[in-house]
Amino acid sequence: MKRFDDKVVLVTGGGGAIGSAALRRFAEEGAKVAVVDLDAARAMEVASALGDRALAITADVADETQANDAVAKTVATFGRLDAVFNNAGISGGPGTPETTTVENWQHVQAINSEGVFLGCKYAIKGMKQTGADKPQSGGSIVNISSVAGLVGGAGPTAYTASKGAVRLLSKSVALYCAEQRNGIRCNSVHPGGVDTAIFNPLWQTVGHEQGKAFIGSRHPIGRMAEPEDLGELVLWLASDRSRFVTGAEFTADGGLTAGLLRRSLLAPS
Amino acid sequence: MPRLENKVVLLSGGASGIGAETARQVVREGGRAVLADRDEAKGRALAAELGAAAHFVPLDVTQEASWQAAVAATVERFGALHGLLNAAGIGVRNSIEDCTLEEYRRVNDVNSLGTFLGCKTAIPAMKDAGGGSIVNISSVLGLRGAAYAMAYCASKGAVRTLTKNVALHCAQMKYNIRCNSVHPGYIDTPMIAPRLEQSDGNMSGRQSLEDMHPLGRLGRADEVASMILFLLSDESTFSTGSEFVCDGGLTA
Repeated sequence: MKRFDDKVVLVTGGGGAIGSAALRRFAEEGAKVAVVDLDAARAMEVASALGDRALAITADVADETQANDAVAKTVATFGRLDAVFNNAGISGGPGTPETTTVENWQHVQAINSEGVFLGCKYAIKGMKQTGADKPQSGGSIVNISSVAGLVGGAGPTAYTASKGAVRLLSKSVALYCAEQRNGIRCNSVHPGGVDTAIFNPLWQTVGHEQGKAFIGSRHPIGRMAEPEDLGELVLWLASDRSRFVTGAEFTADGGLTAGLLRRSLLAPS
Repeated sequence: MPRLENKVVLLSGGASGIGAETARQVVREGGRAVLADRDEAKGRALAAELGAAAHFVPLDVTQEASWQAAVAATVERFGALHGLLNAAGIGVRNSIEDCTLEEYRRVNDVNSLGTFLGCKTAIPAMKDAGGGSIVNISSVLGLRGAAYAMAYCASKGAVRTLTKNVALHCAQMKYNIRCNSVHPGYIDTPMIAPRLEQSDGNMSGRQSLEDMHPLGRLGRADEVASMILFLLSDESTFSTGSEFVCDGGLTA
């Protein structure tokens, strides 16, 4: 029996590198999956590669109706919901405390912070719809934060604030669900540099390989993470194997925040 | 020598609670305090009580133009800006299940966007002054979660990392501007009045909150203000991007 046989997993940002890598692993382990993405074509592409156990859903995580509908469609299609990976996020582009506009701030918070808030709220709603084959509620919510949710020099200003919000939001959700005894757990993951489209502006400036080598050199482990590196951690947190784990933060950053950071973490000089 | 001699400090939320107490101590220690608050009546009354070293400006922390006017008024009145305290904040009781998107946004707008705008607006004025110190009020709930303070926790977690981002940016740019966060436990201020009403089993709201703190009591605004004064003053010139906890042992 595989880890996710008979389980239903929803992943936001499922069309992106981290989301699709996690989705492939969930599917390999037997899960039925909902691929949620703002980009309809990407959601469809990832879902069709995973076969008939995958459902593509086009949704904007920052829109409450669409966030609700994504969960409702998943439960309607697969009959239950066991795990949600709130993975959708944006960097918002470069921005310092001096240059960040209110508009940029609100846009980044809407997706990274409000999107995760809505993702948790409707995940809980979906997980509590137990159905005949799910006699009690339960489930696991995994929220993507970042090393930028731990330290101050790992991202743009609005992004850094949004990821700090996700870190604490996750703990509050965990404590609430624990108190409610609804069996739902919630944790945050904090990746360092992962080779994803979030770095496209840098790749365009210095080239993919060179940029990757530069950022990799800033990590004690000597390289950036591949999207698959995150997938294993997410799978473990989403599975029952981590059943005593809630309200905790999981750093997967190649040692980046273990010691003293170099001053300029990401910006090539 | 007074600890804040000739330093000009702008305080959001300066009309009540931790902001008001800090304003009193700023003036007592030789500084100038500009009380910025939504509550004009209270703010003006306190400014009048503190005398010529204090001034009131109306402020809606969620509006950039309001911050720009407050900083301009500060520089016009006292000639410079050396210190900023972001103390304005709201506390709302909600859980992940009952919080609406509107409420989540409102709490984050005041506590987190408001603090960001304070930092953004103060930096140019502090550069003009040759440097400065920014103190952002986060909370123990910016370090630990709470089931019924979900939106508040998120906003204070944002303030914690925002503070570090501001600190590192200013350090990198060699602005001589420091930025630190203060994490109070439950302080006996108007903000926690609703919490004091909620009885918790056999204990009153006050008793149960007191009982949570290893020191066995609530904090006082003057105790937090004392820590803020240290951070605003030149006593703390090698501290930046750091978390200063004032919680009676709560998170220990």
